[in-house]
Amino acid sequence: MGEPPQAVRRSPLGHLAAELRAASVPGTVTVREVPFVRQVNVRGPGGKPFPAEPNTVATTGDAAGDAAGDAEGDTVLVWLGPDEWLVVGPGEVPGMPGAEHESVADVSAHRTVVELAGPAAREVLLKGCPIDLHPGVFPPGRCAQTLLGRAQVIIVCVDERPAYRLFVRASLAGYLAGWLIDAMREYQCHTY
Amino acid sequence: MTRLATGGRIDRSAPLTFTFDGAPYTGYQGDTLASALLAAGVRTVATSIRYGRPRGIFAAGVEEPNALVEVDGEPMATATTVELRDGLTARSLTGRGRLTAPDDQADQAGHDRMHAHCDVLVVGAGPAGLTAALEAGRTGARVIVVDERTEAGGTLLETRDLVGDAPALAWVAAATGLLAELPEVRVLTRTTALGRYDDGYVVAAERRGSRGRLWRIRAAEVVLATGAHERPLVFAGNDLPGVMLAGAARAYANRYAVLPGRRAVVFTTDDSAYAAAAELAEAGLEIAAVVDPRPGGGPDTAFEVLAGHVVAGATGTAEVTGVRVAGREIACDLVLVCGGWNPVAHLYGQAGGRLRYDDDLACFVPEGTAGRCRVVGAAAGEFSLAGCLGEEPRPGPPAAPVWLVPGDEPGYDTHFVDLQRDVTVADIEAALATGMTSVEHVKRYTTAGTAHDQGKTSAVTAVGVISALRGVPMGDLGTTTFRPPYTPVSFALLAGRDRGVLHDPVLTTAMHPWHVARGAVFEDVGQWKRPHHYPGPGEDMAAAVLRECRAAREGVAAMDVSTLGKIDVQGPDAGEFLNRVYTNAFAKLPVGSCRYGVMCRADGMVFDDGVTMRLAPDRFLMSTTTGNAAAVLDWLEEWLQTEWPDLRVRCTSVTDQWAGVAVVGPRSRDVVAALAPGLVLDNAGFPFMTWRETDVPGAGGAARVARISFSGELAYEVYVPWWYGLALWEAVLAAGEPYGITPYGTETMHVLRAEKGYPIIGQDTDGTVTPVDLGLGWAVSKTKDFIGRRSLSRSDTSRPDRRQLVGLLPIDGEESLPEGAQLVEDPDVPVPVPMIGHVTSSYRSAALGATFALALVKGGRDRIGTTVFAPLGDRVVAARVADPVLYDKEGAHRDG
Repeated sequence: MGEPPQAVRRSPLGHLAAELRAASVPGTVTVREVPFVRQVNVRGPGGKPFPAEPNTVATTGDAAGDAAGDAEGDTVLVWLGPDEWLVVGPGEVPGMPGAEHESVADVSAHRTVVELAGPAAREVLLKGCPIDLHPGVFPPGRCAQTLLGRAQVIIVCVDERPAYRLFVRASLAGYLAGWLIDAMREYQCHTY
Repeated sequence: MTRLATGGRIDRSAPLTFTFDGAPYTGYQGDTLASALLAAGVRTVATSIRYGRPRGIFAAGVEEPNALVEVDGEPMATATTVELRDGLTARSLTGRGRLTAPDDQADQAGHDRMHAHCDVLVVGAGPAGLTAALEAGRTGARVIVVDERTEAGGTLLETRDLVGDAPALAWVAAATGLLAELPEVRVLTRTTALGRYDDGYVVAAERRGSRGRLWRIRAAEVVLATGAHERPLVFAGNDLPGVMLAGAARAYANRYAVLPGRRAVVFTTDDSAYAAAAELAEAGLEIAAVVDPRPGGGPDTAFEVLAGHVVAGATGTAEVTGVRVAGREIACDLVLVCGGWNPVAHLYGQAGGRLRYDDDLACFVPEGTAGRCRVVGAAAGEFSLAGCLGEEPRPGPPAAPVWLVPGDEPGYDTHFVDLQRDVTVADIEAALATGMTSVEHVKRYTTAGTAHDQGKTSAVTAVGVISALRGVPMGDLGTTTFRPPYTPVSFALLAGRDRGVLHDPVLTTAMHPWHVARGAVFEDVGQWKRPHHYPGPGEDMAAAVLRECRAAREGVAAMDVSTLGKIDVQGPDAGEFLNRVYTNAFAKLPVGSCRYGVMCRADGMVFDDGVTMRLAPDRFLMSTTTGNAAAVLDWLEEWLQTEWPDLRVRCTSVTDQWAGVAVVGPRSRDVVAALAPGLVLDNAGFPFMTWRETDVPGAGGAARVARISFSGELAYEVYVPWWYGLALWEAVLAAGEPYGITPYGTETMHVLRAEKGYPIIGQDTDGTVTPVDLGLGWAVSKTKDFIGRRSLSRSDTSRPDRRQLVGLLPIDGEESLPEGAQLVEDPDVPVPVPMIGHVTSSYRSAALGATFALALVKGGRDRIGTTVFAPLGDRVVAARVADPVLYDKEGAHRDG
């Protein structure tokens, strides 16, 4: 009893870290969990800095950063719907000028984040994602709530490698990891 | 019969061995199974389905009706499209197909799926398709080209046509080279477009060795450059091995360097067979004669042309040995037939496109565009190469089709229309004799055109035969309907990676690894895996459940309750919103308290229930049943967005944010005291149906503890963020160890709640049960409005003899009533016996020392104390009707 919290917390895919590493093919496509990312679901009338354009992400403040929202990086605002955003990262939840949030809910543990990156990352996603991920249509800074395989996910394109962040329910993360490992298998050996 | 020494698109340096029907053969890289068999002299590849007649390879592509094979576990493929590979094992499919379980499931795994989007999808990489792809690609459009062959070129791969003065394949190479330089153009060979669906959605199958990949393509525009299929001619004995489409023989010679015979008679109504004959003769085939029914014959040729004549019949028994023409017999081992060409309009037809019969071309031609589909090239009736390349078309002479060739003798028993289905002209005559006039009816009656090949060589042929027999113009008859798939597709390919553990997603809690390690038996609740019970060594389920129940009633037990749905309801109007959603009142619930709530559909029937905590004046945390979380959130959103947009309330799913453990039993207070040392736990300081925030040092710190009981015992539910769920579970078990804490599963939870008469929505209800029927009238407000309220005062929902939830105690306490068993008042009356209800839950109770059940019974509450009967086929079980609360009616256990 009384251990520091970090010692006893478990991320949804912590037990699969080795499998995800083994499934990664450096230079082609890599996959890893980005655990314990702070996430806050905000619902309300919106207003700056919350992005109004559907399926886009914005960063808070003036720092020019990527769209990743790492624990150490910027805080990003992911558009989820006309009145709903996901605040990802360590920063404060911005106020909505002239209008109160109607709902602010910490959902950090509700979903975990999986990062898929590399030249083949888009192709891996297209094995199970029906939306158009062409770089001209879904460049860095774009997001979508969609399906990957049979898992509901939020996909954010974070950079041009390309790298994608997949937000998936904690209870469903095991399925998604299994699906990704299976979908990435063909890059392991070229005699497929 | 003969492999040519040179030519063809095969690699003679790469010989491949394979077996067919157990016999070993060799072929080359670049062969199909069919071309390798023909090169090895294998002429007969199947036995027909109804008449047992020998059948040979008839075509060179997907239109093949005869040469069906099973290849390396793939149950049905056409030998003409199976690429030869080393070690390939094929077996002819003879007679009717048999569906057998695959020997090795794993062998069928590994099929892939890919989604793709484009501006222009071009189906077919022949001259017209490549031209269209270049035109679109040069504008910078995103273009996908799919083609079923192994390389681009279409029929140019199979002819020696020229473009300008150069071989057409040089043009193909140049075109594909240009396409390869366009970054937004993708050419997929070995890929067959199977079906066209709404909004430019096309599904295609790509062959990748023994594996496949299913493409789901969404295109703004679809260009169909699908070419044309050669038509056979219908004459006596036209099914004998050695009768072959002229274009197929041309393909075997040019593409595979194989001559499918030695001496051929060409029987054609179309000029294209003259070119085929010339190329085949140059390759070494002897052309005995060209039989052309057209009075003037065809183009100039060096061969003997029997113009104005027909082949009255093919002779031979095992295979063709000659033909009868103009009263004489011509010996041959090959009859090359061409009855004209049919535009491949399958996808166009699937798009709802109309076909027009063109008398000059003697074929059905797509008319206009349909559903984002545009048709070009031979598929649009443009049969000249120049026309396909976008140059000035060079139309041929008007066609003079011959749909039916009478034999020397009357009758049409060996005039075959559909070689795979063994349908003859005699069968079509029989259909017409019954009075059928529609080609759709004749198709269904005769089965012509219903085989794996979707009638590619038989459907229009059948229409032609009907036209000839009835004397009705082709255009008045029309075609049968085109439906996907264009070529057969295996279920394994459609399933892709959605198989095994990936077939249906499984949801697991943070504590799942512990449950697995402990040997829990799981049950599926919605998509969740929940421990059903935890068998001890040598224990069966009944023993485990009795042990778990006893621990909860007499000591302490713990359950993973993380799966309950959780919805964060926030906003200044949250209290008013919940007042409208639940049948009972929530607006005045104090912060720090929680309340059980029931929600109904508009029809007044129970939809869901659960305990909701008030976290703040404008914030509630609602819980839902495990399997209903998404449906409840949808329900809340529907009312907020469509009926009550004025309410300032927003809902957020937080189901997976929190992991929860129920600590249940008389000793639960001791366990929670050890777990959360700072928490005041006496009844006055922490009353029933309140919640507290506290520190649980073993599970990351901040936790929420609620005094909620689904068992009637003193009980707590402890919630921490998902990350700390496993630590919480282990901390609870550690804190409870001195008290013999026992993990329990859903079965024990069901027994405990049933002993208290607590219904489970979805088990004891079926969408026809009101809260009052369940005995929850106390939770139905008389003073406020709520969803379903008006329905509850309808005469039907308020009548006294509705089915009501009651307890059932079998007279023989060892007898277990099956769930679902029907109940009757008197089992001895004659059938039909009036039913008065059914069993909804049934268990064995450790606390009662007997079996018991819950049931919905007509006017059940007025029957308490009477006996009802469950006829179970071999016996009748009598049971006493009881109040549903069978254990601790006074609620003495609730506060410990």
